[in-house]
Amino acid sequence: MKIGMALLAGFLFGAGLSLGGMTQPAVVLGFLDLAGAWNPRLLFVMAGAVATTALGYRLVWRARRPWFEDSFKLPAARRIDRRLLLGAALFGIGWGLAGYCPGPALASLGAGLAPVALLVAMMVLGWWLAARLPARNNDAK
Amino acid sequence: MYIRIIEYMNVWIVTMHPWLLSALGGILIGLSAVLLMGSLGRIAGISGIASGLVTGAGDRGWRIAFVVGLVAAPWLLQWLRGDSGIGAPPMSWPWMAGAGLLVGFGTRLGGGCTSGHGVCGMARLSPRSLLATLVFMLMGVVTVFVVRHLLGVVGP
Repeated sequence: MKIGMALLAGFLFGAGLSLGGMTQPAVVLGFLDLAGAWNPRLLFVMAGAVATTALGYRLVWRARRPWFEDSFKLPAARRIDRRLLLGAALFGIGWGLAGYCPGPALASLGAGLAPVALLVAMMVLGWWLAARLPARNNDAK
Repeated sequence: MYIRIIEYMNVWIVTMHPWLLSALGGILIGLSAVLLMGSLGRIAGISGIASGLVTGAGDRGWRIAFVVGLVAAPWLLQWLRGDSGIGAPPMSWPWMAGAGLLVGFGTRLGGGCTSGHGVCGMARLSPRSLLATLVFMLMGVVTVFVVRHLLGVVGP
């Protein structure tokens, strides 16, 4: 049942990305290109997603626990640190270079495009490298 | 009968204004996030879910299932309506490689991406996520400006 729920959630997510235009890097780069022919589609995707999530989260949080687990697992981190800011900045640069964030990159794998496979392989390498950073660099005060 | 429903839905989709279709796509993403929270109590952050598969998170099953669904969706749309929605890569392979490394490293270091911080975090009104979203949006805009308008690089 858990596996089925995760599969359905992944499917809904991928379908939303595809219909929303987010698996077209040209659309994403068009949103980030304020000095060019600006494409607002990403803004509509974000608005629809954030509004639905904000509303839906409040509904499901009325229950004491999720349907198939013991507790809701919400991020515990509260502090705004160098790690958060540097990570977001590096991600933004990479996003602007090719127009792929992790969701669309993975969802685009199915088309069998070699450059996308390369981007995903390097993204996985990046995840692995970042997870190997020593803790003192991770949580610099 | 079944085929007719698919055809009707496809006509509805292709005649829809792109902005409206994007909002609909966003609602599907939101439903995905709500389903994952309601059923498994998890944030629908793609970088967090998928990176857990290579950094030794113990619970692999649901992570693999989510990624399988994510990859299968455009493929199934291709089969149903003849359009996967997947666009061509806009840059040559060295740019793609560099972009991938930065996206992977940055999202893991910063604890989230467009979905985890941008959608789920903003929906929770998390100050960390609001700030992270502002930072990666801003850096994305600056990067596109530099690459397209200062360096003059457009496409491969």
